[in-house]
Amino acid sequence: MVCESWKAKLDTYLDGELPEQEMRTFDAHVRNCPSCSADALARVQMKRAIQTSGRRFTPNANFRRRIQQSIAPKPQRSLRLGWMFATAAAVILVMGALTSIYVGSRSGRDLAYRDHVFSEIADLHVATLASSSPVDVISTDRHTVKPWFQGKIPFAFNLPELQNSGFSLLGGRMTYLDQTPGAHLIYDVRKHHISVFVFQERSLSLSLKFPASLDGNSLSPNKLPFNLETWSQGGLRYFVIGDASAADIDSLAKLFKAAS
Amino acid sequence: MGYGNKTAARWFTLVCVSEESLPSESFEQLAMPHFERLYNFACWLTHDRQEAEDLVQETYAKALKGFPSFQPDTNFRAWIYKILRNTFLTSRTGLKATSTVQLDLEDEEEILPAVEETPESILLQHSDGQLVQQALEQLPVAYREILLLCEVEEMSYQEISATLSIPMGTVMSRLSRARKALRDGLRPQFQKG
Repeated sequence: MVCESWKAKLDTYLDGELPEQEMRTFDAHVRNCPSCSADALARVQMKRAIQTSGRRFTPNANFRRRIQQSIAPKPQRSLRLGWMFATAAAVILVMGALTSIYVGSRSGRDLAYRDHVFSEIADLHVATLASSSPVDVISTDRHTVKPWFQGKIPFAFNLPELQNSGFSLLGGRMTYLDQTPGAHLIYDVRKHHISVFVFQERSLSLSLKFPASLDGNSLSPNKLPFNLETWSQGGLRYFVIGDASAADIDSLAKLFKAAS
Repeated sequence: MGYGNKTAARWFTLVCVSEESLPSESFEQLAMPHFERLYNFACWLTHDRQEAEDLVQETYAKALKGFPSFQPDTNFRAWIYKILRNTFLTSRTGLKATSTVQLDLEDEEEILPAVEETPESILLQHSDGQLVQQALEQLPVAYREILLLCEVEEMSYQEISATLSIPMGTVMSRLSRARKALRDGLRPQFQKG
């Protein structure tokens, strides 16, 4: 018989059960030996035939369900364990209720404070526009308006370049919110006046009351006939408010964000 | 409003999960992936679907009961197949099937190649598998089961050794014999064809 010693191990080789070194030697031999390679091919075909024929029976879905039900974990907790869980559940429910009340009342207070700030901002906007002298520094030049605030408010901020934006700067004035000084700028777009307010956030303690989720979104606060956008940037809290469209409010806000 | 309740619910879920991670939960996860293969194997052993269902059902019941003693770092597949096989061997069909087979001398004999000629392999490509099924059915149960474990279940020799509770050397020699017996069983069929 040709290659008798090799063929004795051919099945073990094809089952992948020879040691690694021997597998490599076998690989090399089978590649170069026509007799062994033909034999290997025949055995592989037999293996495949058994594999295909062997996968023959399939259980039905009912039987599968029956088995699954028979081994599914059953709630066999001891009485003691049951009481432990009942107690834990009761404690959790009470804790949950108390937490909800606390969280609810706290978020309610924050909401009320935000509404108060939005209302104040709207009042400042309306009152200023109703005034016979809405701005203290009358200029369309940002390089004039910005230096005017020096020494009047305890922070500095940048004003955006408005060329080809459709907005024009009318001027600025000092303002106060919750006894905190800030800058109030008035812009014009298609005959609508828009106010931009800038305050130091830490002075207002606003950061805790204005969640980040509000930042950059156009808002229509309750009972206010204005569009408003607010965000925090570089430690400053900005408010843009006016009766212009939300898109215009957003455009001006974006110009400020880009300038800061 | 829901935050407090959500946290509480999550904590409660964690408590429940730790409760459910008892062996019975893990058993379902470990055992169900083998269900279809076990059924197929049972059918091959019993030659009867109803008997195979009973065998599988009994296997799962025994395995669930014995699961606390299962060593997590050992081979679950080999463990559950072994339970099925032992259950089969102690059944009436199993006792009848094994009583007629004599395999006592297999370990002492030299392992011979199962194939000497290749023409059958060429025929195998064209057969519809029916002949192989018939030849498998005709094999003694000891040969049939080892061939199925090796070729269909693709178990390693070590897994087969653990499943059948026989040494590795016996796995190799019995496999070799089983292959030869299958080819011998196929030969007349090919000649007829």
